Amino acid sequence: MKKIEVERISQSIERICGQIACVYDPDILASICKGRENESSPRSIAAMDTLVQNAQIAVEERIPICQDTGLAIVYLKIGQDVALTGGSLYEAVNRGVRNGYLGHFLRASSVDDPIYERKNTKDNTPAIIYTDIVDGDCVEVSVMAKGFGSENKSALKMLTPADGEQGVIDFVCDTVAKAGPNACPPFVIGVGVGGTFDSCAVMSKKALLRPISVSNPDERYADLENRLLEKINAMKIGPMGFGGNTTALKVQVEYAPTHIAGLPVAVNMCCHVCRHGSEVIE
Amino acid sequence: MKHITLPLQKEEIETLQAGEPVLLSGMMYTARDAAHKKLVEMIEKGERLPFDLHGASIYYVGPTPARENQVIGSAGPTTSSRMDPYVPLLAENGLKGMIGKGRRSKEVIDAIRKHQMVYFVCTGGAGALLSHCITSREVIAFPELLAEAVARIEVKDFPCFVGLDIHGNDIYDLED
Repeated sequence: MKKIEVERISQSIERICGQIACVYDPDILASICKGRENESSPRSIAAMDTLVQNAQIAVEERIPICQDTGLAIVYLKIGQDVALTGGSLYEAVNRGVRNGYLGHFLRASSVDDPIYERKNTKDNTPAIIYTDIVDGDCVEVSVMAKGFGSENKSALKMLTPADGEQGVIDFVCDTVAKAGPNACPPFVIGVGVGGTFDSCAVMSKKALLRPISVSNPDERYADLENRLLEKINAMKIGPMGFGGNTTALKVQVEYAPTHIAGLPVAVNMCCHVCRHGSEVIE
Repeated sequence: MKHITLPLQKEEIETLQAGEPVLLSGMMYTARDAAHKKLVEMIEKGERLPFDLHGASIYYVGPTPARENQVIGSAGPTTSSRMDPYVPLLAENGLKGMIGKGRRSKEVIDAIRKHQMVYFVCTGGAGALLSHCITSREVIAFPELLAEAVARIEVKDFPCFVGLDIHGNDIYDLED
């Protein structure tokens, strides 16, 4: 059985945290530049230009793109032929997040208790951790740094089968309308359809990991993604909510089998930075 | 573009119109969720605030830590609406300017009209660029809140738009 030291996973997470905080995904930056060409109002153009200039400064000076460097969400695809050695996996993940956030001067944005003390944990741990056991003998590490300006505007609804596609479209559009200027448009929007209450929400977030140049492989869902994007951009919320044509850069829909009585839909709103990165450890 | 000096003057506030771009220079304070809660608790208990609210402007920001050669780390606006419940009381106690992003509640818009205040919005997710406009930072209260501590900052040519003017006109509802 192949052995992989958990320390390598920790180091990978540390690297990704530093990288995604300061460097835009090139596809997303290209999409922002393209969107800028479709804007006509001075404020919307100014907002898009600011985002592009900001991206350059962030890379050159290694300053985070946004001060909300997010909660760290770590996805591990662990090959079933791998033996993880050298200590606790979850401790290694949190060590990677701690070193990544402290070492790269990222913001500690995690509080220990949501209602009462709300005391900052000072190192952005604990991470939100998801593990999948997959075929093979590698570990794929993905990290998303999710800001809460957009997370706060996310929503889930248990539709019924009769609501169908139209119900899904209406709920996604309603959620985007409610997010409006507050969640930092232009957005990337993750949508989960099907599964259960909990798995649907997980799917909507995982959808944000997919590169924006890639649509759902199922043609029907790829078509749904395109139609949702068209409808959302027709809302004219625009960059930063200043009006205009670029409200969203991409809608990513993931689906899963569900119960005969159900049609859960979850919408995970994400701002224009949409930070995530992956490494494969062999 | 219009240059605005902080602290804000009454006459200047009156000239501002929702949607117009402005450059802010001068002194403001940083505070967000946790600090607002504490400030309001202090006012309710009759305690002396860590800074004079009269005529002050508050920037809703929780910056990333500064590296050795930096005044401040990434420092863009956070969503203002989370501070809405605290604004009416701060307005009664002299707050004049707010800087953030996103829509405000009816209560905030009413307070802005009543107390002749102004709300500026800047580009969300442009923290690296905006950090260049901040020339000094000194933490003056609640250091235990880390990024959420209250700091006095100096800004120079800090780019914003007028979000809500004294008449309650809203940048997000403009037609043009």
